[in-house]
Amino acid sequence: MLFLIVVAVTVVVTRDLLKATMLFAIYSLTIAGLFATLDAGDVALTEAAVGAGISTVLILAVLALVPRYEHRRAGHSLPALAIVTLTGAALVYASFDLPAFGNAGNPIHQHLGAYFIEQTYSDIGIPNLVAAVLASYRSIDTMGEAVVILTAGIVVYALLAPPPRHRQRRDGGDS
Amino acid sequence: MRDNAILVVVARFLIPLVMLFGLYVQFHGEYSPGGGFQAGVLFASAWILFVFIYGLDTGLRVIPQRVIYALASLGVLLYALVGLLGVALGGRFLDFDPLLDAPKAAQQTGIILVEFGVGVTVAAVVMLIFLLFARRRADTVAAGLDPDAADDVREEQQ
Repeated sequence: MLFLIVVAVTVVVTRDLLKATMLFAIYSLTIAGLFATLDAGDVALTEAAVGAGISTVLILAVLALVPRYEHRRAGHSLPALAIVTLTGAALVYASFDLPAFGNAGNPIHQHLGAYFIEQTYSDIGIPNLVAAVLASYRSIDTMGEAVVILTAGIVVYALLAPPPRHRQRRDGGDS
Repeated sequence: MRDNAILVVVARFLIPLVMLFGLYVQFHGEYSPGGGFQAGVLFASAWILFVFIYGLDTGLRVIPQRVIYALASLGVLLYALVGLLGVALGGRFLDFDPLLDAPKAAQQTGIILVEFGVGVTVAAVVMLIFLLFARRRADTVAAGLDPDAADDVREEQQ
């Protein structure tokens, strides 16, 4: 956990985008290990494959197109700082109303979760709860996800398929 | 990168393994962690590794660009058609029970089919995004706009 915090802070501080990408990969891999120790195999597998693997490669592909160093912007935006502070304070305040961590009587363990754990095998006959919930109980959700992924592909195509124009003269107006 | 013997040998060894693991994650997803999304990503990463070693043109000879477009849509269509098949056989949308006589077998069939649809879409879209970025890079360099030179240009302007 401490390692995660150190990595996250370094990502925010560094100006070298390549370094930040690599640190993100390390972050994902660490958190995948954390999920694996928590017995969340599906999440760990996804995090390792998507977070540490593919997104790193895709960000590297983006980095091949953009300058390597983030350039520093002068000054600060006070309204932005105020909004961020207010939102953060509201979230911290809201977290006081959350049920105690790890309590078996929490609402999350009472309703659907318990139903899925007890009934999945007799309803569907497969041992993997996550797959059952994703593909059977909530299959319309998952279809929406598939459509979102297809849409993402179409959008990237729309943005990148036209040939590059001379961007440098306009000083990065078309980024 | 074809001249780098170590990379080529390691990649030749790894690509089939990654693909095999992708298939395992895809079709064993009901019993062990995994499913369409992860399997799609694994499959696409095997292809991307292939492209790194043998170049984009060879990679596109293995899976042509049109096939990638088609697969991306076919995955979603497969998902929706499985849902509509349930309707056609007298159930609700994405209700797998009418597919087969035995309810559990029907559910499993439905889950495997829709997960396969998700896997195909994810693999195709990830390949497509990578392909577009790689091609953009090649186009940018070909147009005489070297992206690495952009750093120097910025510094000169400031």
